[in-house]
Amino acid sequence: MLNKILRLLEDDGRLTPEQIATMLGTETSQVKELITQAEKDGLILKYKAVVNWDKIAEEQVWAIIEVRVTPQMKAGFDAIAERIYKFPEARTVMLVSGTYDLAIIVTARNMHEVASFVTHRLAPIEGVQGTTTHFLLKRYKEDGVVLDDKNKGMRQKVVL
Amino acid sequence: MTINSKIQNINCCDHIARRVGDIAPSGIRKFFDLLASMDGVISLGIGEPDYPTPYHIREAAISSIENGYTMYTPNSGIPELRQELSKHLKNTYNLDYADSQILITVGVSEAMDLAARALVNPGDEVLIPDPCYVSYSPCVVLAGGVPVMIPTCEEERFEISAEKIEPLITEKTKALLIGYPANPTGTIMPREKLEEIVKLANQHGLIIISDEIYSRLVYDCEHTCIATLPGAYENTVFLGGFSKAYAMTGWRIGYAVGPASIIAAMTKIHQYTIMSVPTMSQVAAVEALRNGETSAAEMVADYNRRRLVMVKGLCDIGLSCFKPQGAFYAFPSIKNTGMTSEDFAHNLLMEEKVAVVPGNAFGRCGEGYVRCCYATSLKELYEALERMERFLKKRGASQAATFQV
Repeated sequence: MLNKILRLLEDDGRLTPEQIATMLGTETSQVKELITQAEKDGLILKYKAVVNWDKIAEEQVWAIIEVRVTPQMKAGFDAIAERIYKFPEARTVMLVSGTYDLAIIVTARNMHEVASFVTHRLAPIEGVQGTTTHFLLKRYKEDGVVLDDKNKGMRQKVVL
Repeated sequence: MTINSKIQNINCCDHIARRVGDIAPSGIRKFFDLLASMDGVISLGIGEPDYPTPYHIREAAISSIENGYTMYTPNSGIPELRQELSKHLKNTYNLDYADSQILITVGVSEAMDLAARALVNPGDEVLIPDPCYVSYSPCVVLAGGVPVMIPTCEEERFEISAEKIEPLITEKTKALLIGYPANPTGTIMPREKLEEIVKLANQHGLIIISDEIYSRLVYDCEHTCIATLPGAYENTVFLGGFSKAYAMTGWRIGYAVGPASIIAAMTKIHQYTIMSVPTMSQVAAVEALRNGETSAAEMVADYNRRRLVMVKGLCDIGLSCFKPQGAFYAFPSIKNTGMTSEDFAHNLLMEEKVAVVPGNAFGRCGEGYVRCCYATSLKELYEALERMERFLKKRGASQAATFQV
Protein backbone atom coordinates (compact mmCIF):
# COMPACT_ATOMS: atom_id res chain seq x y z
CA MET A 1 0.00 0.00 0.00
CA LEU A 2 2.76 2.45 0.96
CA ASN A 3 4.53 1.88 -2.36
CA LYS A 4 1.32 2.55 -4.27
CA ILE A 5 0.77 5.78 -2.34
CA LEU A 6 4.34 6.90 -2.99
CA ARG A 7 4.01 6.19 -6.71
CA LEU A 8 0.85 8.27 -6.91
CA LEU A 9 2.41 11.15 -4.99
CA GLU A 10 5.54 10.99 -7.08
CA ASP A 11 3.35 11.61 -10.11
CA ASP A 12 1.13 14.23 -8.49
CA GLY A 13 2.17 15.61 -5.13
CA ARG A 14 -1.06 17.53 -4.76
CA LEU A 15 -3.34 14.53 -4.53
CA THR A 16 -5.28 14.61 -1.28
CA PRO A 17 -5.43 11.63 1.07
CA GLU A 18 -9.15 11.35 0.19
CA GLN A 19 -8.37 11.12 -3.51
CA ILE A 20 -5.62 8.59 -2.96
CA ALA A 21 -7.88 6.52 -0.71
CA THR A 22 -10.55 6.43 -3.44
CA MET A 23 -8.06 5.39 -6.08
CA LEU A 24 -6.63 2.61 -4.00
CA GLY A 25 -9.92 1.49 -2.49
CA THR A 26 -8.87 2.10 1.10
CA GLU A 27 -9.63 4.40 4.06
CA THR A 28 -8.58 8.04 4.11
CA SER A 29 -7.30 7.69 7.66
CA GLN A 30 -4.95 4.90 6.64
CA VAL A 31 -3.54 6.96 3.76
CA LYS A 32 -3.04 9.96 6.05
CA GLU A 33 -1.22 7.84 8.59
CA LEU A 34 1.08 6.28 6.02
CA ILE A 35 1.92 9.63 4.45
CA THR A 36 2.67 11.24 7.80
CA GLN A 37 4.90 8.33 8.71
CA ALA A 38 6.65 8.45 5.32
CA GLU A 39 7.34 12.15 5.82
CA LYS A 40 8.73 11.49 9.30
CA ASP A 41 10.89 8.62 8.09
CA GLY A 42 12.30 10.70 5.27
CA LEU A 43 10.73 8.54 2.58
CA ILE A 44 9.01 11.62 1.23
CA LEU A 45 11.62 14.37 1.13
CA LYS A 46 9.59 17.23 -0.24
CA TYR A 47 6.74 18.17 -2.58
CA LYS A 48 7.50 20.30 -5.60
CA ALA A 49 6.27 21.44 -8.99
CA VAL A 50 7.79 20.43 -12.32
CA VAL A 51 8.34 23.79 -14.00
CA ASN A 52 8.85 24.42 -17.67
CA TRP A 53 11.60 27.05 -17.28
CA ASP A 54 12.01 27.35 -21.00
CA LYS A 55 8.74 29.24 -21.06
CA ILE A 56 9.91 31.74 -18.49
CA ALA A 57 12.01 34.68 -19.49
CA GLU A 58 14.17 34.62 -16.39
CA GLU A 59 17.80 33.98 -17.12
CA GLN A 60 18.91 30.70 -15.69
CA VAL A 61 21.39 28.15 -16.92
CA TRP A 62 21.63 24.50 -16.14
CA ALA A 63 24.73 22.41 -16.44
CA ILE A 64 25.59 18.79 -15.98
CA ILE A 65 29.12 18.40 -14.68
CA GLU A 66 31.03 15.16 -14.84
CA VAL A 67 33.63 14.88 -12.11
CA ARG A 68 36.46 12.36 -11.95
CA VAL A 69 37.79 11.91 -8.44
CA THR A 70 40.33 9.85 -6.52
CA PRO A 71 38.47 7.88 -3.89
CA GLN A 72 39.79 8.42 -0.40
CA MET A 73 40.87 5.73 2.06
CA LYS A 74 37.90 4.55 4.13
CA ALA A 75 35.53 7.30 3.03
CA GLY A 76 35.59 6.27 -0.65
CA PHE A 77 33.63 8.74 -2.74
CA ASP A 78 31.36 9.87 0.08
CA ALA A 79 33.63 12.49 1.59
CA ILE A 80 34.17 14.30 -1.70
CA ALA A 81 30.49 14.05 -2.60
CA GLU A 82 29.66 15.57 0.73
CA ARG A 83 31.99 18.49 0.18
CA ILE A 84 30.38 19.09 -3.20
CA TYR A 85 26.73 18.83 -2.23
CA LYS A 86 27.17 21.48 0.43
CA PHE A 87 27.41 24.09 -2.31
CA PRO A 88 23.93 25.46 -2.93
CA GLU A 89 24.63 25.62 -6.68
CA ALA A 90 24.68 21.83 -6.80
CA ARG A 91 21.05 20.74 -7.09
CA THR A 92 21.76 17.08 -7.60
CA VAL A 93 24.85 15.03 -6.83
CA MET A 94 25.10 11.39 -7.86
CA LEU A 95 27.75 8.71 -7.89
CA VAL A 96 27.64 6.95 -11.24
CA SER A 97 29.39 4.08 -12.98
CA GLY A 98 31.37 4.60 -16.16
CA THR A 99 34.15 6.89 -17.30
CA TYR A 100 33.58 9.42 -14.54
CA ASP A 101 32.48 9.17 -10.95
CA LEU A 102 30.20 11.98 -9.82
CA ALA A 103 27.47 13.61 -11.87
CA ILE A 104 26.39 17.03 -10.66
CA ILE A 105 23.51 19.11 -11.85
CA VAL A 106 24.11 22.79 -11.29
CA THR A 107 21.87 25.82 -11.79
CA ALA A 108 23.05 29.41 -11.88
CA ARG A 109 21.99 32.73 -13.32
CA ASN A 110 24.46 32.64 -16.19
CA MET A 111 27.34 30.71 -17.74
CA HIS A 112 29.80 32.86 -15.92
CA GLU A 113 28.51 31.75 -12.55
CA VAL A 114 28.75 28.10 -13.56
CA ALA A 115 32.31 28.61 -14.78
CA SER A 116 33.18 30.29 -11.56
CA PHE A 117 31.66 27.43 -9.55
CA VAL A 118 33.75 24.91 -11.47
CA THR A 119 37.04 26.77 -11.32
CA HIS A 120 36.81 28.27 -7.86
CA ARG A 121 34.87 25.73 -5.89
CA LEU A 122 34.85 22.35 -7.59
CA ALA A 123 38.24 21.97 -9.23
CA PRO A 124 40.34 22.96 -6.18
CA ILE A 125 38.79 20.27 -3.99
CA GLU A 126 41.44 17.74 -3.08
CA GLY A 127 40.86 14.50 -4.91
CA VAL A 128 39.07 16.06 -7.88
CA GLN A 129 41.08 14.99 -10.91
CA GLY A 130 39.12 16.68 -13.61
CA THR A 131 35.74 17.96 -14.72
CA THR A 132 33.71 18.18 -17.92
CA THR A 133 30.90 20.71 -18.05
CA HIS A 134 27.85 20.26 -20.29
CA PHE A 135 25.51 23.22 -20.59
CA LEU A 136 21.88 22.36 -21.05
CA LEU A 137 20.63 23.67 -24.39
CA LYS A 138 17.09 22.45 -24.64
CA ARG A 139 14.79 20.35 -22.52
CA TYR A 140 12.51 17.82 -24.19
CA LYS A 141 11.20 15.71 -21.37
CA GLU A 142 11.26 16.45 -17.66
CA ASP A 143 10.35 13.95 -14.97
CA GLY A 144 8.30 11.95 -17.42
CA VAL A 145 6.53 14.96 -18.89
CA VAL A 146 7.09 15.83 -22.55
CA LEU A 147 7.42 19.62 -22.55
CA ASP A 148 6.07 20.39 -25.98
CA ASP A 149 3.70 17.57 -26.74
CA LYS A 150 2.82 17.98 -30.38
CA ASN A 151 0.52 14.99 -30.34
CA LYS A 152 -1.94 16.33 -27.82
CA GLY A 153 -5.48 16.81 -29.00
CA MET A 154 -5.32 14.22 -31.75
CA ARG A 155 -8.12 12.19 -30.25
CA GLN A 156 -11.63 12.42 -31.63
CA LYS A 157 -14.06 14.16 -29.31
CA VAL A 158 -16.49 11.29 -29.32
CA VAL A 159 -16.11 7.63 -30.18
CA LEU A 160 -18.81 5.06 -29.46
CA MET B 1 -24.14 17.43 -72.35
CA THR B 2 -27.02 15.00 -72.66
CA ILE B 3 -25.31 12.47 -70.45
CA ASN B 4 -24.66 15.09 -67.81
CA SER B 5 -28.25 16.27 -67.70
CA LYS B 6 -29.43 12.68 -67.43
CA ILE B 7 -27.18 12.08 -64.43
CA GLN B 8 -28.50 15.17 -62.71
CA ASN B 9 -32.05 13.88 -62.96
CA ILE B 10 -31.32 10.84 -60.88
CA ASN B 11 -32.40 11.13 -57.29
CA CYS B 12 -29.59 9.28 -55.58
CA CYS B 13 -31.60 8.72 -52.39
CA ASP B 14 -33.93 6.39 -54.29
CA HIS B 15 -30.97 4.26 -55.21
CA ILE B 16 -29.79 3.51 -51.73
CA ALA B 17 -30.37 -0.15 -50.91
CA ARG B 18 -33.40 -0.53 -48.65
CA ARG B 19 -31.66 -2.47 -45.91
CA VAL B 20 -29.18 0.40 -45.61
CA GLY B 21 -31.74 3.18 -45.91
CA ASP B 22 -33.90 1.49 -43.29
CA ILE B 23 -31.25 1.77 -40.63
CA ALA B 24 -32.45 4.85 -38.77
CA PRO B 25 -29.92 7.67 -38.75
CA SER B 26 -28.72 7.97 -35.21
CA GLY B 27 -30.54 10.71 -33.33
CA ILE B 28 -27.40 11.67 -31.50
CA ARG B 29 -25.56 12.52 -34.68
CA LYS B 30 -26.61 16.14 -34.23
CA PHE B 31 -25.25 16.12 -30.73
CA PHE B 32 -21.91 14.82 -32.00
CA ASP B 33 -21.74 17.48 -34.69
CA LEU B 34 -22.39 20.13 -32.09
CA LEU B 35 -19.69 18.68 -29.88
CA ALA B 36 -17.19 18.58 -32.73
CA SER B 37 -17.67 22.30 -33.31
CA MET B 38 -17.01 23.30 -29.68
CA ASP B 39 -13.74 24.18 -27.98
CA GLY B 40 -12.71 23.68 -24.38
CA VAL B 41 -14.80 20.56 -23.95
CA ILE B 42 -13.80 17.84 -21.52
CA SER B 43 -14.91 14.74 -23.31
CA LEU B 44 -15.99 11.66 -21.41
CA GLY B 45 -17.44 10.48 -24.69
CA ILE B 46 -14.41 8.79 -26.17
CA GLY B 47 -14.45 5.02 -26.20
CA GLU B 48 -10.75 4.43 -26.50
CA PRO B 49 -7.65 4.42 -24.33
CA ASP B 50 -6.06 7.83 -23.80
CA TYR B 51 -2.60 6.35 -24.16
CA PRO B 52 -0.74 6.19 -27.41
CA THR B 53 0.30 2.69 -28.42
CA PRO B 54 3.33 1.60 -26.34
CA TYR B 55 6.45 2.67 -28.15
CA HIS B 56 7.98 -0.76 -28.64
CA ILE B 57 4.85 -1.77 -30.57
CA ARG B 58 4.99 1.33 -32.75
CA GLU B 59 8.66 0.67 -33.37
CA ALA B 60 7.97 -2.86 -34.59
CA ALA B 61 5.64 -1.41 -37.21
CA ILE B 62 8.12 1.29 -38.18
CA SER B 63 10.81 -1.27 -38.78
CA SER B 64 8.44 -3.40 -40.83
CA ILE B 65 7.89 -0.39 -43.07
CA GLU B 66 11.61 0.37 -43.20
CA ASN B 67 12.35 -3.19 -44.21
CA GLY B 68 9.84 -2.98 -47.00
CA TYR B 69 7.48 -5.49 -45.47
CA THR B 70 4.58 -3.79 -47.17
CA MET B 71 2.90 -6.35 -49.37
CA TYR B 72 -0.33 -8.35 -48.96
CA THR B 73 -0.27 -11.09 -46.39
CA PRO B 74 -2.11 -14.43 -46.47
CA ASN B 75 -5.87 -13.80 -46.19
CA SER B 76 -6.17 -15.13 -42.69
CA GLY B 77 -3.12 -13.25 -41.39
CA ILE B 78 0.63 -13.69 -41.21
CA PRO B 79 1.58 -17.12 -39.83
CA GLU B 80 3.70 -15.54 -37.09
CA LEU B 81 0.72 -13.65 -35.73
CA ARG B 82 -1.61 -16.62 -35.90
CA GLN B 83 0.94 -18.73 -34.05
CA GLU B 84 1.50 -16.06 -31.40
CA LEU B 85 -2.24 -15.66 -30.97
CA SER B 86 -2.75 -19.39 -30.68
CA LYS B 87 -0.06 -19.48 -27.98
CA HIS B 88 -1.62 -16.49 -26.23
CA LEU B 89 -5.07 -18.10 -26.11
CA LYS B 90 -3.54 -21.33 -24.85
CA ASN B 91 -1.62 -19.56 -22.10
CA THR B 92 -4.43 -17.23 -21.07
CA TYR B 93 -7.45 -19.53 -21.31
CA ASN B 94 -6.00 -22.98 -21.96
CA LEU B 95 -7.91 -22.97 -25.26
CA ASP B 96 -6.61 -24.83 -28.30
CA TYR B 97 -7.19 -23.20 -31.65
CA ALA B 98 -5.63 -24.74 -34.73
CA ASP B 99 -4.46 -22.61 -37.61
CA SER B 100 -7.69 -23.26 -39.50
CA GLN B 101 -9.68 -21.81 -36.62
CA ILE B 102 -8.01 -18.40 -36.60
CA LEU B 103 -8.75 -15.35 -38.73
CA ILE B 104 -7.04 -11.97 -38.31
CA THR B 105 -9.51 -9.16 -39.02
CA VAL B 106 -9.74 -5.40 -39.29
CA GLY B 107 -10.69 -5.00 -35.65
CA VAL B 108 -13.52 -6.78 -33.90
CA SER B 109 -15.79 -4.59 -36.02
CA GLU B 110 -14.96 -6.54 -39.14
CA ALA B 111 -14.99 -9.83 -37.29
CA MET B 112 -18.51 -9.14 -36.07
CA ASP B 113 -19.73 -8.18 -39.51
CA LEU B 114 -18.19 -11.35 -40.94
CA ALA B 115 -19.75 -13.50 -38.24
CA ALA B 116 -23.18 -12.01 -38.88
CA ARG B 117 -22.87 -12.36 -42.63
CA ALA B 118 -21.50 -15.88 -42.42
CA LEU B 119 -24.28 -17.11 -40.14
CA VAL B 120 -27.45 -15.17 -40.79
CA ASN B 121 -30.02 -16.08 -43.45
CA PRO B 122 -32.72 -13.53 -44.34
CA GLY B 123 -35.18 -13.37 -41.47
CA ASP B 124 -32.97 -15.19 -38.97
CA GLU B 125 -33.17 -13.74 -35.49
CA VAL B 126 -30.15 -12.80 -33.41
CA LEU B 127 -30.46 -12.12 -29.70
CA ILE B 128 -28.64 -9.03 -28.47
CA PRO B 129 -28.50 -7.43 -25.01
CA ASP B 130 -30.01 -3.98 -24.60
CA PRO B 131 -28.13 -1.66 -24.06
CA CYS B 132 -25.12 -2.75 -26.08
CA TYR B 133 -22.40 -1.47 -28.36
CA VAL B 134 -23.92 0.52 -31.23
CA SER B 135 -22.93 -1.71 -34.10
CA TYR B 136 -24.40 -5.04 -32.95
CA SER B 137 -27.89 -4.42 -34.33
CA PRO B 138 -26.85 -2.78 -37.62
CA CYS B 139 -24.45 -5.65 -38.31
CA VAL B 140 -27.30 -8.12 -37.97
CA VAL B 141 -29.67 -5.98 -40.05
CA LEU B 142 -27.11 -5.52 -42.83
CA ALA B 143 -26.66 -9.28 -42.89
CA GLY B 144 -30.40 -9.64 -43.49
CA GLY B 145 -31.22 -10.75 -39.98
CA VAL B 146 -33.56 -9.48 -37.30
CA PRO B 147 -32.09 -8.27 -34.02
CA VAL B 148 -34.12 -9.30 -30.98
CA MET B 149 -33.23 -7.30 -27.92
CA ILE B 150 -32.76 -8.83 -24.47
CA PRO B 151 -33.82 -6.12 -22.02
CA THR B 152 -31.55 -5.57 -19.03
CA CYS B 153 -31.71 -3.18 -16.09
CA GLU B 154 -29.50 -1.46 -13.58
CA GLU B 155 -31.05 -3.38 -10.65
CA GLU B 156 -29.52 -6.50 -12.19
CA ARG B 157 -26.31 -4.72 -13.10
CA PHE B 158 -27.35 -4.88 -16.76
CA GLU B 159 -26.66 -8.61 -16.79
CA ILE B 160 -28.47 -11.00 -19.09
CA SER B 161 -29.66 -14.40 -17.94
CA ALA B 162 -31.00 -17.66 -19.33
CA GLU B 163 -34.46 -16.81 -17.90
CA LYS B 164 -34.51 -13.55 -19.79
CA ILE B 165 -33.33 -15.12 -23.00
CA GLU B 166 -35.45 -18.27 -23.11
CA PRO B 167 -38.84 -16.61 -23.82
CA LEU B 168 -37.30 -14.69 -26.72
CA ILE B 169 -36.12 -17.81 -28.54
CA THR B 170 -38.18 -18.79 -31.60
CA GLU B 171 -37.52 -21.30 -34.36
CA LYS B 172 -35.93 -18.44 -36.28
CA THR B 173 -33.34 -17.70 -33.62
CA LYS B 174 -29.91 -18.35 -35.00
CA ALA B 175 -27.42 -16.82 -32.67
CA LEU B 176 -26.69 -14.86 -29.56
CA LEU B 177 -24.45 -11.82 -30.01
CA ILE B 178 -23.03 -10.59 -26.72
CA GLY B 179 -20.06 -8.65 -25.44
CA TYR B 180 -18.65 -8.68 -21.91
CA PRO B 181 -17.08 -6.67 -20.36
CA ALA B 182 -19.73 -4.47 -21.88
CA ASN B 183 -19.75 -1.16 -23.63
CA PRO B 184 -21.55 1.06 -22.46
CA THR B 185 -22.25 -0.35 -18.98
CA GLY B 186 -18.93 -1.83 -17.85
CA THR B 187 -20.87 -4.94 -16.84
CA ILE B 188 -19.10 -8.23 -16.61
CA MET B 189 -21.07 -11.46 -16.52
CA PRO B 190 -20.87 -13.83 -13.56
CA ARG B 191 -19.56 -17.20 -14.63
CA GLU B 192 -22.60 -19.17 -13.41
CA LYS B 193 -25.00 -17.04 -15.40
CA LEU B 194 -22.91 -17.51 -18.52
CA GLU B 195 -22.83 -21.26 -17.96
CA GLU B 196 -26.62 -21.35 -17.92
CA ILE B 197 -26.74 -19.25 -21.07
CA VAL B 198 -24.36 -21.63 -22.81
CA LYS B 199 -26.54 -24.55 -21.73
CA LEU B 200 -29.62 -22.82 -23.11
CA ALA B 201 -27.85 -22.01 -26.37
CA ASN B 202 -26.88 -25.64 -26.75
CA GLN B 203 -30.44 -26.83 -26.09
CA HIS B 204 -31.68 -24.64 -28.90
CA GLY B 205 -28.73 -25.08 -31.23
CA LEU B 206 -27.72 -21.43 -31.12
CA ILE B 207 -24.34 -20.06 -32.07
CA ILE B 208 -22.77 -17.68 -29.56
CA ILE B 209 -20.90 -14.73 -31.02
CA SER B 210 -18.87 -13.33 -28.17
CA ASP B 211 -17.21 -9.93 -28.48
CA GLU B 212 -14.47 -9.96 -25.85
CA ILE B 213 -12.57 -6.86 -26.92
CA TYR B 214 -12.46 -5.56 -23.34
CA SER B 215 -11.29 -8.87 -21.83
CA ARG B 216 -8.01 -7.42 -20.59
CA LEU B 217 -9.78 -4.52 -18.84
CA VAL B 218 -11.34 -6.12 -15.78
CA TYR B 219 -10.92 -4.99 -12.20
CA ASP B 220 -10.98 -6.96 -8.95
CA CYS B 221 -11.98 -10.05 -10.87
CA GLU B 222 -11.04 -12.41 -13.65
CA HIS B 223 -12.44 -12.33 -17.14
CA THR B 224 -14.58 -15.33 -18.05
CA CYS B 225 -13.94 -16.32 -21.62
CA ILE B 226 -17.13 -17.93 -22.89
CA ALA B 227 -15.34 -20.47 -25.05
CA THR B 228 -13.80 -21.99 -21.90
CA LEU B 229 -17.19 -22.87 -20.41
CA PRO B 230 -18.50 -26.44 -20.60
CA GLY B 231 -20.11 -27.08 -23.98
CA ALA B 232 -19.26 -23.65 -25.37
CA TYR B 233 -16.13 -24.23 -27.42
CA GLU B 234 -17.92 -26.07 -30.23
CA ASN B 235 -20.48 -23.36 -30.91
CA THR B 236 -18.80 -20.10 -29.94
CA VAL B 237 -17.28 -17.59 -32.31
CA PHE B 238 -14.88 -15.75 -30.06
CA LEU B 239 -13.92 -12.23 -31.18
CA GLY B 240 -11.02 -10.36 -29.68
CA GLY B 241 -8.59 -7.64 -30.49
CA PHE B 242 -5.70 -5.44 -29.60
CA SER B 243 -7.33 -2.01 -29.50
CA LYS B 244 -8.25 -1.77 -25.85
CA ALA B 245 -5.61 -3.90 -24.14
CA TYR B 246 -2.64 -2.40 -25.96
CA ALA B 247 -4.09 1.01 -26.85
CA MET B 248 -4.09 0.15 -30.55
CA THR B 249 -7.46 1.45 -31.72
CA GLY B 250 -6.22 3.15 -34.87
CA TRP B 251 -4.34 0.08 -36.10
CA ARG B 252 -7.64 -1.65 -36.79
CA ILE B 253 -6.66 -5.17 -35.92
CA GLY B 254 -8.53 -7.95 -34.20
CA TYR B 255 -9.36 -11.59 -34.68
CA ALA B 256 -12.01 -14.25 -34.77
CA VAL B 257 -11.43 -17.77 -33.53
CA GLY B 258 -13.95 -20.58 -33.40
CA PRO B 259 -15.31 -23.64 -35.16
CA ALA B 260 -13.29 -24.27 -38.33
CA SER B 261 -16.40 -24.34 -40.54
CA ILE B 262 -17.58 -20.90 -39.41
CA ILE B 263 -14.09 -19.40 -39.57
CA ALA B 264 -13.77 -20.80 -43.11
CA ALA B 265 -17.05 -19.14 -44.09
CA MET B 266 -15.95 -15.85 -42.53
CA THR B 267 -12.58 -16.11 -44.26
CA LYS B 268 -14.38 -16.49 -47.58
CA ILE B 269 -16.09 -13.11 -47.13
CA HIS B 270 -12.92 -11.55 -45.75
CA GLN B 271 -10.92 -12.74 -48.73
CA TYR B 272 -13.30 -11.09 -51.19
CA THR B 273 -13.88 -7.86 -49.30
CA ILE B 274 -10.79 -7.07 -47.26
CA MET B 275 -8.16 -9.42 -48.69
CA SER B 276 -5.83 -9.03 -45.73
CA VAL B 277 -5.33 -6.82 -42.71
CA PRO B 278 -2.69 -4.06 -43.15
CA THR B 279 0.70 -5.71 -42.86
CA MET B 280 2.24 -3.20 -40.44
CA SER B 281 -0.67 -3.63 -38.07
CA GLN B 282 -0.12 -7.36 -38.04
CA VAL B 283 3.57 -6.92 -37.30
CA ALA B 284 2.66 -4.54 -34.47
CA ALA B 285 0.20 -7.07 -33.09
CA VAL B 286 2.91 -9.75 -32.98
CA GLU B 287 5.05 -7.40 -30.88
CA ALA B 288 2.06 -6.62 -28.64
CA LEU B 289 1.46 -10.29 -27.94
CA ARG B 290 5.14 -11.02 -27.34
CA ASN B 291 6.13 -8.05 -25.22
CA GLY B 292 3.06 -5.95 -24.50
CA GLU B 293 1.92 -7.42 -21.20
CA THR B 294 3.88 -5.03 -18.97
CA SER B 295 2.41 -1.96 -20.64
CA ALA B 296 -1.05 -3.50 -20.64
CA ALA B 297 -0.85 -4.23 -16.92
CA GLU B 298 0.26 -0.67 -16.18
CA MET B 299 -2.60 0.78 -18.18
CA VAL B 300 -5.14 -1.48 -16.49
CA ALA B 301 -3.88 -0.41 -13.06
CA ASP B 302 -4.26 3.18 -14.12
CA TYR B 303 -7.80 2.67 -15.48
CA ASN B 304 -8.70 1.02 -12.22
CA ARG B 305 -7.72 4.08 -10.18
CA ARG B 306 -9.70 6.31 -12.50
CA ARG B 307 -12.66 3.95 -12.32
CA LEU B 308 -12.77 4.25 -8.55
CA VAL B 309 -12.48 8.04 -8.75
CA MET B 310 -15.20 8.22 -11.39
CA VAL B 311 -17.74 5.98 -9.70
CA LYS B 312 -17.29 7.57 -6.28
CA GLY B 313 -17.29 11.04 -7.83
CA LEU B 314 -20.55 10.39 -9.67
CA CYS B 315 -22.22 9.01 -6.57
CA ASP B 316 -20.96 11.94 -4.49
CA ILE B 317 -22.57 14.46 -6.82
CA GLY B 318 -25.86 12.62 -6.82
CA LEU B 319 -25.79 10.29 -9.81
CA SER B 320 -26.24 6.73 -8.67
CA CYS B 321 -23.93 4.38 -10.42
CA PHE B 322 -23.27 0.70 -9.98
CA LYS B 323 -19.63 -0.21 -9.78
CA PRO B 324 -18.56 -1.40 -13.23
CA GLN B 325 -16.01 -4.20 -13.19
CA GLY B 326 -14.82 -4.04 -16.76
CA ALA B 327 -14.06 -1.87 -19.81
CA PHE B 328 -13.56 1.84 -19.05
CA TYR B 329 -17.08 3.14 -18.72
CA ALA B 330 -19.31 4.24 -15.89
CA PHE B 331 -23.02 4.25 -16.66
CA PRO B 332 -24.71 6.47 -14.07
CA SER B 333 -28.45 6.95 -13.83
CA ILE B 334 -29.65 10.47 -14.51
CA LYS B 335 -33.30 9.64 -13.82
CA ASN B 336 -33.49 11.81 -10.69
CA THR B 337 -32.77 14.89 -12.81
CA GLY B 338 -36.06 14.43 -14.68
CA MET B 339 -34.24 14.88 -17.98
CA THR B 340 -34.00 12.42 -20.84
CA SER B 341 -30.52 11.11 -21.61
CA GLU B 342 -30.29 13.31 -24.68
CA ASP B 343 -31.46 16.43 -22.88
CA PHE B 344 -29.05 15.77 -20.05
CA ALA B 345 -26.10 15.30 -22.42
CA HIS B 346 -27.10 18.30 -24.50
CA ASN B 347 -27.60 20.64 -21.54
CA LEU B 348 -24.44 19.47 -19.82
CA LEU B 349 -22.46 20.12 -22.95
CA MET B 350 -23.93 23.59 -23.51
CA GLU B 351 -23.74 24.73 -19.91
CA GLU B 352 -20.57 23.13 -18.63
CA LYS B 353 -18.78 21.83 -21.71
CA VAL B 354 -18.60 18.25 -20.53
CA ALA B 355 -19.42 15.61 -23.11
CA VAL B 356 -21.06 12.34 -22.12
CA VAL B 357 -22.90 9.95 -24.41
CA PRO B 358 -26.69 9.64 -23.96
CA GLY B 359 -27.52 6.10 -22.89
CA ASN B 360 -30.29 5.72 -25.46
CA ALA B 361 -27.61 5.64 -28.17
CA PHE B 362 -27.00 2.08 -26.97
CA GLY B 363 -30.60 0.90 -26.91
CA ARG B 364 -33.94 1.61 -25.29
CA CYS B 365 -32.84 0.23 -21.93
CA GLY B 366 -30.05 2.81 -21.92
CA GLU B 367 -32.57 5.63 -21.59
CA GLY B 368 -32.17 7.37 -18.25
CA TYR B 369 -28.42 6.78 -18.22
CA VAL B 370 -25.34 8.37 -19.71
CA ARG B 371 -22.05 6.76 -20.60
CA CYS B 372 -18.99 8.35 -19.03
CA CYS B 373 -15.67 7.04 -20.26
CA TYR B 374 -12.97 7.37 -17.63
CA ALA B 375 -10.05 6.73 -19.99
CA THR B 376 -8.94 10.31 -19.61
CA SER B 377 -6.46 12.04 -17.30
CA LEU B 378 -7.29 12.27 -13.60
CA LYS B 379 -6.99 16.03 -13.84
CA GLU B 380 -9.74 16.08 -16.46
CA LEU B 381 -11.87 13.61 -14.54
CA TYR B 382 -11.82 15.78 -11.42
CA GLU B 383 -12.57 18.86 -13.47
CA ALA B 384 -15.43 17.10 -15.27
CA LEU B 385 -16.91 15.95 -11.97
CA GLU B 386 -16.74 19.47 -10.60
CA ARG B 387 -18.51 20.86 -13.64
CA MET B 388 -21.16 18.14 -13.46
CA GLU B 389 -21.75 18.90 -9.81
CA ARG B 390 -22.30 22.57 -10.61
CA PHE B 391 -24.70 21.54 -13.38
CA LEU B 392 -26.70 19.35 -11.01
CA LYS B 393 -26.67 21.83 -8.13
CA LYS B 394 -28.26 24.44 -10.34
CA ARG B 395 -31.17 22.08 -10.64
CA GLY B 396 -31.18 21.11 -7.00
CA ALA B 397 -30.54 17.53 -7.99
CA SER B 398 -27.21 17.05 -6.32
CA GLN B 399 -27.43 14.94 -3.21
CA ALA B 400 -25.01 12.16 -2.62
CA ALA B 401 -26.50 9.05 -4.12
CA THR B 402 -26.24 5.57 -2.76
CA PHE B 403 -22.91 4.03 -3.49
CA GLN B 404 -23.69 0.58 -4.72
CA VAL B 405 -20.81 -1.79 -4.57
